[in-house]
Amino acid sequence: MALLEVNHLDVRFALRGGDIQALRDVSFSLDRGERLGIVGESGAGKSVAAFSILNLIAQPGYIAGGDIHFDGQTLSAMSEHQLRQIRGHRISMIFQDPMMTLNPVLSIGEQMVECLRAHRRISHREAREIALDRLKQVQIPSPQKRLDQYPHELSGGMRQRIIIAIALLLDPDIIIADEPTTALDVTIQAEIMALLLELCEQHNVALMLITHDLGVVSQVTQRTLVMYAGRIIEQGPTKEIINDAQHPYTQGLINALPQMADPGQRLNQIRGAMPSLNAIPSGCAFNPRCDFATEHCRHVMPEFVTSGGCQVACHMVREMIEEAQHHA
Amino acid sequence: MIAFLVQRISHALLVMFVISLISFAIQDSLGDPLREMVGQSVSQEERDALREELGLNDPFLVQYWRFATHALQGDLGDSYFYKEPALSVISQHLPATLELVICAALIIILLSIPIGVYAAIKPRSPLSKAFMGVSIVGISIPVFLTAIVLIQLFSIGVTVHWFPQETGWGAWLNDFFSTDGGMPSYGRGESLVHLFGSWDTNFLTLNGLNHLILPAISLASIMLPLFIRLIRAEMLEVLQSDYIRFARAKGLPMGRVYFLHALKNTMLPVITVGGVQIGTMVAYTILTETVFQWPGMGLMFLEAITRSDIPLIVAYLMVVGVIFVVTNTLVDLIYGLVNPTVKLTGKK
Amino acid sequence: MTPSTTTTQVVPTRWQRFRASYLFYSFKRDRVAQISLLIFVALVLAAFSAPLIAPTDPYDLAQIDILNSELPPVWMEGSDPAFLLGTDAQGRDLLSTILYGARVSLLIGFGAVMLQGLLGILFGLLAGYYGGRIDAVLMRIADIQLSFSTLMVAIVVGAIFKATFGNLMFGEVAVLILILIIGIAEWPQIARTVRASVLAEKSKEYVDASRVMGFGSARIMFRHILPNTLSPIFVIATVQIANAIISEAALSFLGLGMPETQPSLGSLIKSGFDYIQSGSWWITLVPGLVLVVLVLVVNLLGDWLRDVMNPRLYKG
Repeated sequence: MALLEVNHLDVRFALRGGDIQALRDVSFSLDRGERLGIVGESGAGKSVAAFSILNLIAQPGYIAGGDIHFDGQTLSAMSEHQLRQIRGHRISMIFQDPMMTLNPVLSIGEQMVECLRAHRRISHREAREIALDRLKQVQIPSPQKRLDQYPHELSGGMRQRIIIAIALLLDPDIIIADEPTTALDVTIQAEIMALLLELCEQHNVALMLITHDLGVVSQVTQRTLVMYAGRIIEQGPTKEIINDAQHPYTQGLINALPQMADPGQRLNQIRGAMPSLNAIPSGCAFNPRCDFATEHCRHVMPEFVTSGGCQVACHMVREMIEEAQHHA
Repeated sequence: MIAFLVQRISHALLVMFVISLISFAIQDSLGDPLREMVGQSVSQEERDALREELGLNDPFLVQYWRFATHALQGDLGDSYFYKEPALSVISQHLPATLELVICAALIIILLSIPIGVYAAIKPRSPLSKAFMGVSIVGISIPVFLTAIVLIQLFSIGVTVHWFPQETGWGAWLNDFFSTDGGMPSYGRGESLVHLFGSWDTNFLTLNGLNHLILPAISLASIMLPLFIRLIRAEMLEVLQSDYIRFARAKGLPMGRVYFLHALKNTMLPVITVGGVQIGTMVAYTILTETVFQWPGMGLMFLEAITRSDIPLIVAYLMVVGVIFVVTNTLVDLIYGLVNPTVKLTGKK
Repeated sequence: MTPSTTTTQVVPTRWQRFRASYLFYSFKRDRVAQISLLIFVALVLAAFSAPLIAPTDPYDLAQIDILNSELPPVWMEGSDPAFLLGTDAQGRDLLSTILYGARVSLLIGFGAVMLQGLLGILFGLLAGYYGGRIDAVLMRIADIQLSFSTLMVAIVVGAIFKATFGNLMFGEVAVLILILIIGIAEWPQIARTVRASVLAEKSKEYVDASRVMGFGSARIMFRHILPNTLSPIFVIATVQIANAIISEAALSFLGLGMPETQPSLGSLIKSGFDYIQSGSWWITLVPGLVLVVLVLVVNLLGDWLRDVMNPRLYKG
């Protein structure tokens, strides 16, 4: 059994004009030590999926259906109190913007010690020792000094290192990283990503990496999951998805990478924009932007079909497979 | 730290300078020391001679300089009415006002924080909605009217005949809605305990506290809902922030998330607003003291206005100015200590 | 189909556009806002038509009979049905004095807010648009004034006016003086809000565009920036009406406002307060209730507007 299993997850936002469905029928799993990438444009539901695992979706969002299993326990059935034992202890998170993630009025040391002492019965001094050790692991210069500093005294890259250190404090099984490098300077993005990767390998921590950057996903993860308008549309081994994407949307994403265009040529864009969640088209949600869309695509929601190691939700892919079988 | 203090103190001195200029201008244009000193019977020549002797014909700036140097030595002139130094008149009235303000501030702090935090944590609960409803009504009732209503209810008493008196439940309900009255509504009472100097306190006897309670509630009545609403609004905003979500993601107990992570950030703007409200509080003491005939500085000031006791008016303005400046500096200092992003070096 | 119907576009009238707006939509859904507006409009109409609808003219000495003094409201024993809300110590009909008093209170409230709006918009635009020294001086004055609290400033200015003019003169021009006092005391609120929105608007492209097109500063400020700062001004002004009415009542209660010969709600409460110990609570508490209702509905409308327009207000 996988370490983390998400089955048929439905998340909704209760708004005045009625509910809006942010995630529909999202299922995936994560093995111990595995690295999974979740990609998609902003608004596709990647972050909602990440936050719903620990039931940390912002108001007025709520989990409307499905279940989440972790290491033999059912997270989706747990009380807030039981979930608290998991959060930061067995599953920890790294947020997008390090400038907003640390509490501005508490010292770094305080924010690390409190996390340790919320889960382990240890003295303040012992907790500080562990915190110091973790700060050394994330290669922060003069770590002893950092413990007594406040967030505003540190640069964005430094803060994200500290947040990684906090995520690693209690040797978790899973780290969920929500666009951990997006808000940083381009020059240090690679550094932070490499550090995160190294530490996850070292401690055998499973990583769930949420990003819109297919380049990062191809370098870091073993498996990839592509989301569009609150649904998963394609998932499988990262190599297969990058080299041989089946879904027209995934193909579009890969073609849009700058390295796929010839120098001096226009970048390849996917035309149109992702629909907002309260106006998702019928049938395949991608059909208005798809070059291959047929009348069928406009009316019937595609089911998953297996193509090689991948699962794809696309009518065209299914037809091609059926045709190939027919000829064989 | 030192640079911060120097900056704050120079700012305070500037404000005091402005206040003293205004005060002096009031004295210069409204007060006629001659009239008070010599009366009507003195001839014009003698008046002119006296004017010259007193320096009243000197240029404005020279006269201001004299006023300011005297003020710095604690000499703000003699009250026309009390016939003694204005500052000593004020020092006799200051303790009463301070005790009233302290008591009201205690009520505000002890109630607004828990209520505001509760209303932010549970915004949909009926109790929160009730608190917010009562607080907007509270903001709409002027201080002096609250005071009058309190006097009617708890000092004079109200007898209600809304329900049939002959039935048992009716009598009980009538009784329930009626109030006895009997609370003191006038002055500070007799049983004050002498502390030191001109300070007699209400805090040490039951009778003294009894006299203090209605005025203090009145004074707190308009600020309390204001702070409840402010704390709730700020806390709601803070609770939306990423660092609160991160604190929850770390698995911290909710008590720590709310009362350390959220409250500390909530209180920063509240402290700033609190500093500004000290000024409003002083203004409201004038109203409260008038209704309850509380022998403090506010009542004294109002009487000085009706008696055209210019030196006392000017002295009051100067003293209130000093109180504002000192408390605002203190509030800035506290803010700097609570908020680590303000380095106490004079720069933000 | 005639050609005319296909070519003429239907231009929505102002009323139609208003009915389609979000403001109107949320108003239709908000029961509290509806009731508040209803009460407010009713009070304003009643107050300003006081000479027409009041049962008696409280300033006409011929209509007052001292024998009618301190009669309770009609629902209490010993009342006279001619006086719905009872009478005051001079035998004046309380309902009439309240209607006339509310008129004075509202007049001063509206007038003061108009004055502070004028000052606030002017100084706020100047400070925000020109910045530099003008901004520094204006905002420092605003800071000092606010740290003294507006009511305190109003009391001091009121005291100075009173001492300068003397009681008699003061009574004649009291309405104007009170508008002046409260307007001067409260302008920083609006000025700071206007300044904050000007700073936000100034950095936007359309202002650069108008400057490039060669429009003068005054035109840019009043024609381009000001309309975009209106919604926060509108919200603040609503709340300020409530504040101005309370300030006026406070000043009058202290004897620094309207004289008893021409009472506002505040002076009615003050003159009634002397009789509360003798049991005639209605002389002070009935005008008090009217004052509270008036201020409350304005505050509720202000709250509603703030929620709907959601402007970025200046904090602190």
